[in-house]
Amino acid sequence: MWRYLLRRILHSLGVIFAAVAIVFAVGRLVGDPVRIVLGIEASEERVAEVRSQLNLDSPIPEQFGSYIWNAAQGNLGVSFWQDVPALSLVLERLPATFLLAGVAVLFAVPLGLVLGLIAASRPGSLIDRAVSVISLSAVSIVEFWIALVLILVVAVQLGILPTSGFRSWEYVILPALALAYKPMGRTAQMTRSSILEELSKPYVRALVARGIPQKRIIGVHALKNAALPIITVTGDDIAQLLTGAIVIEVVFGWPGIGSLMMQAFERRDLPLVEASVLVIVIVIVVMNLLIDLAYIALNPKIRL
Amino acid sequence: MTNQETGATSPTLDALPGGAKRANTLRLLRREPLVIASVSFLVLLILFAVAAEVVAPYDPNAQDLLMRNKPPWTPGVESGAAPHILGTDPLGRDLLSRIIYGARVSILVAALTVLLSGVFGIVVGVLAGYFGGRFDDIVMRFVDLQMSLPFLLIALLILFVLGPGFWNVILVLAVVKWMIYARVSRSLVLTQKNATHVDAARVVGATNLQIMTRHILPSMASPLIVLATLECATIIIGEAALSFLGFGIQPPTPSWGSMLGEGRSYVATAWWIVAIPGLMIFLTALSLNLTANWARVVTDPKGRMELVTRRRRARGRPPLPNESNKTQGQVTLDDRNGDRGES
Repeated sequence: MWRYLLRRILHSLGVIFAAVAIVFAVGRLVGDPVRIVLGIEASEERVAEVRSQLNLDSPIPEQFGSYIWNAAQGNLGVSFWQDVPALSLVLERLPATFLLAGVAVLFAVPLGLVLGLIAASRPGSLIDRAVSVISLSAVSIVEFWIALVLILVVAVQLGILPTSGFRSWEYVILPALALAYKPMGRTAQMTRSSILEELSKPYVRALVARGIPQKRIIGVHALKNAALPIITVTGDDIAQLLTGAIVIEVVFGWPGIGSLMMQAFERRDLPLVEASVLVIVIVIVVMNLLIDLAYIALNPKIRL
Repeated sequence: MTNQETGATSPTLDALPGGAKRANTLRLLRREPLVIASVSFLVLLILFAVAAEVVAPYDPNAQDLLMRNKPPWTPGVESGAAPHILGTDPLGRDLLSRIIYGARVSILVAALTVLLSGVFGIVVGVLAGYFGGRFDDIVMRFVDLQMSLPFLLIALLILFVLGPGFWNVILVLAVVKWMIYARVSRSLVLTQKNATHVDAARVVGATNLQIMTRHILPSMASPLIVLATLECATIIIGEAALSFLGFGIQPPTPSWGSMLGEGRSYVATAWWIVAIPGLMIFLTALSLNLTANWARVVTDPKGRMELVTRRRRARGRPPLPNESNKTQGQVTLDDRNGDRGES
């Protein structure tokens, strides 16, 4: 178990390191950062001054070293656009993104589980086929189109829910629904297939022979054993929610990391881009680690 | 990792009892109206994309500011001009024509990306799986790392450096997608490399290159084709997302994703500008997924057995004998979703 955990932690650190390296490389390749800050008209002396200030005239490996050193201390540079530390700008936006993703998970996981369980209890039935269609369409659809259709139908035609910004709880419903569709479909599909697989195993036959009702077999015994694959896929999806959230936040004007990052891209605000990308990657990595922990807790094969 | 590393040989269609072999693929297809619909849709889409100049009623970039945001079925301005069947966009361009030319962009991006990332990924994966050792370790470490990075984010970053554009989108999507092929083809090689026919070839004196290209690769074709089809769907969706965010295909070139982006501000007034391109993305990806799922079942001996049995049962005939043959060494495409398993 400790070896497994250690391997996962090393892997996570590797992923973060890779992300830092990519971000660093992007920073060097995107053009002269000094010119971006100062504009084209700045005098040569001023450029040289800022250059040495930003440590840009030392060799690349040294720059990379000090970049990692600074990043490890939470110093990711100052936003060109707002003139405050980029990291604090990003962290300010983190709760909004968490709220959006969290509500989306609250929609997606219970619904997906229930749909999957219903489908698995009556394979081949009409409702099973409906669930299949839902989960297939979930992998084929773009989130932002669901978002636009939701805006079109719910907000514009029916005039019920607000579409843009974040002032009260109603604002979270539409973006969370748009974000929830994909993971809901995948959870339903995974639940269905792993429950069906469990149902074909001998212990289920033994349960049937003992007269345990089907509901209890599916909902308690099979579900417990099917939990592992479901958690893998769902956990994966929750991590992916964050990238989906980037686009959804843009569509709904949601004040989270995603919309901040897109603004940073537009303004070519390099430190802000770097900070938001790194924070998103770190959050995803941490979530993946948490899923691994859940795995250890649930899977005796690893614990031994 | 699951059973693919046990080196068990994967059964081929010849291992099945006679009935299953005789049930040819086309006859199985007849009972799948959804798959027929999907394949027809894809074929039609490709035909339209190829013949865009002939089929499209208007020039996709011809603006007519007097005809802005007209709903579907608006007649053309000049007498004898084609009606705007799907309406017009905020610049008065014919939506149907833009959809048709957009299909060309989506298909080209998907095909070229899959080709590029597929060839590279398969070569790397086959070499890693066949030779194993140091190279395999390094490659797979790299693949694992890249699998853990969110691909849309990395694509955005690279496009931030390179700048948007058709070729850059293809390049970026290929860079963020190659490892899926590497991972799947590596596991396929592992199931094959100790198979009897490979041993036989080695005994006869075939070189490594000959074994890989003539004896291992051909047997990998069907799972890889299924994978490529599934990937076409994700690429089309990915391209749409990048274009929607303004990092992909640039205006005025029509692309479904950027059409959604441009139409976004008109949701309240002109629904068709947003609804139709999104619907096209959805239908295309759905058709690809349905086709791939079916192809996976048909090319997998176990799945094929089930289809045949279902067909026989529907005709009131008894199922074939030894129905419950568990296939071993079969690699599922779920392998591309990371390696979080008991290890």
